[in-house]
Amino acid sequence: MLALKVEDLSVGYANTMIIDGLSVSIPEKKITTIIGPNGCGKSTLLKTISRLLKAKSGGVYLDGQAIHQLPTKEVAKRMAILPQTATAPSGLTVFELVSYGRFPHQKGLISLKQEDYDYIYWAIDVTGLTDLQDREVEALSGGQRQRVWIAMALAQGTDILILDEPTTYLDLAHQLDILLLLQRLNEEEGRTIVMVLHDLNHASRFSHYMIAMQAGMLIEEGAPEKVMTVETLKKVFDIDVHLATCPYSQNPICLSYQLCQKD
Amino acid sequence: METSARASAKLGKTKGNRRARPVVATLILLGGTIALLLAIGLSISFGAADISLKTVWSAVFHFNPDLTAHQIIRDIRMPRVLGAAMVGACFAVSGAIMQGMTRNPLADSGLLGLNAGATFMLAVCFAFFPGLSYIYLILFSFIGAGLGAGLVYGTGSLAKGGLTPMRLVLAGAAVSALLAALSEGVALYFQIGQDLAFWYAGGVSGTRWLNLQIMSPWIILAMIGAILLSRSITLLSLGDEVALGLGQSTKAIKFCGIIIVLILAGSAVSVVGAVGFVGLIVPHVTRFLVGHDYRWIIPCSIILGSLLVVLADLCARMVNPPFETPIGALIALLGVPFFLYIARKGGKAI
Repeated sequence: MLALKVEDLSVGYANTMIIDGLSVSIPEKKITTIIGPNGCGKSTLLKTISRLLKAKSGGVYLDGQAIHQLPTKEVAKRMAILPQTATAPSGLTVFELVSYGRFPHQKGLISLKQEDYDYIYWAIDVTGLTDLQDREVEALSGGQRQRVWIAMALAQGTDILILDEPTTYLDLAHQLDILLLLQRLNEEEGRTIVMVLHDLNHASRFSHYMIAMQAGMLIEEGAPEKVMTVETLKKVFDIDVHLATCPYSQNPICLSYQLCQKD
Repeated sequence: METSARASAKLGKTKGNRRARPVVATLILLGGTIALLLAIGLSISFGAADISLKTVWSAVFHFNPDLTAHQIIRDIRMPRVLGAAMVGACFAVSGAIMQGMTRNPLADSGLLGLNAGATFMLAVCFAFFPGLSYIYLILFSFIGAGLGAGLVYGTGSLAKGGLTPMRLVLAGAAVSALLAALSEGVALYFQIGQDLAFWYAGGVSGTRWLNLQIMSPWIILAMIGAILLSRSITLLSLGDEVALGLGQSTKAIKFCGIIIVLILAGSAVSVVGAVGFVGLIVPHVTRFLVGHDYRWIIPCSIILGSLLVVLADLCARMVNPPFETPIGALIALLGVPFFLYIARKGGKAI
């Protein structure tokens, strides 16, 4: 089953096309990671999926429906998106921020209902924030803050969770902490997770499905063994890699690498 | 089982904390309204002719046209004090909406050029259409506020790296200076300086029932709109991308928000002139007291903004009687240190 389908998508600013005729399929109830060099169009792809950018042609389909034609609130009930640069206004507490995740399910000026509270407390609990829920988001560490945003997206109660570089700016342990949380959400709750990661080894270790992009085009997609190859990584990042096997996931990982010789 | 019990115990303990903010907000709404009514009464009773609070009461509820005191209250003092209250609410709510929508803690109709734009339009009206009725003046004031805002955002966006709060304030200062200079030029050339002096300094003494009658429907509609938008404004204050992800149609909300801000700031300027800083101070104080939910911030800003300007107007008459100190100057005394404090905090996104 497919969660999201990108069909012949072209997106661009003015005269330059960032994404040109891209088609990818994102499987349901799996973790999918998009990899690629800076400027390859992966953020643009996520921004188009999250309706921030409009497609020049082609489209993104959610359960077969074009997301740019669905009411935006309807999309928000099925798909939660965590942008890369989310910053909380000062003075906002963890509980308050997470409670905004219920917005797509609310009407008018009415306050939270019992069902909303249930979702919020569950999201706070599952992200391990119970002790911090009345603290100000601004006062938390980077890793905790990222978990608060994930909790907000979880409170949205969607089947699909999209995250743009959720581990950027975090130290090694906190990066793993976030990825293990996402893995648990996938395994225990059956959530479809789509994310952009820069760390190839994390991508390989935690993903069921990988999408490698370069210059707005798809280079390779499939299971980590299919994407994490010397040839593909050379095409995508212009690097020569030495591959090894991850002792945790048995997927290929990049042991070390060298820039390709230009001649 | 044990963990869930512990979790619910924890929830029980913290729930009171979380409920505290609506409680504070309700207290502000109630206490603030009482304080506002008292301040209005006091302000009406205070002035050149000595009038007691009791006379104020009877003038409002048992009006007797034969009494001079009642006539002074009805014709001169009530409109000015009610005008002050309305104007305070307008500036405060327009500031709150701007700060929330743009995540700019320094947003204020004065700092972002709306007031200067409206004043400039009024100068143009006085010069080219003398004797224009207030119904049209207020419309031109809306347009002027839009002109000011447009110029500020326009010049601000020209800079590389986009709009930062500081850049907007700089652009606001530059555009305001330009518009003020143009207004003065128009005033000098057409010899309407006398008519305009009042709008530059800012004061409510000229408010008449007619002004209130014409501006109230606009203000009431805009306030209802602001309250209806309040939840969406809270979402926008998280940033456009997050708001969109949560299913907010950001463009429509921003459009409505801008219209409301222009109506509020335009009406206020058409009555009192370019009084700045109310829209900066009140939303920050309110946010500090009631938290981040605009469903509370906007109603509380209405009350606190009214209170601030009514008190400022009262002080304006008490500082140096029988002369009136411009309320714009008085509020700036409070506003400038406040501005420096917020700017020092780094002009961070709110």
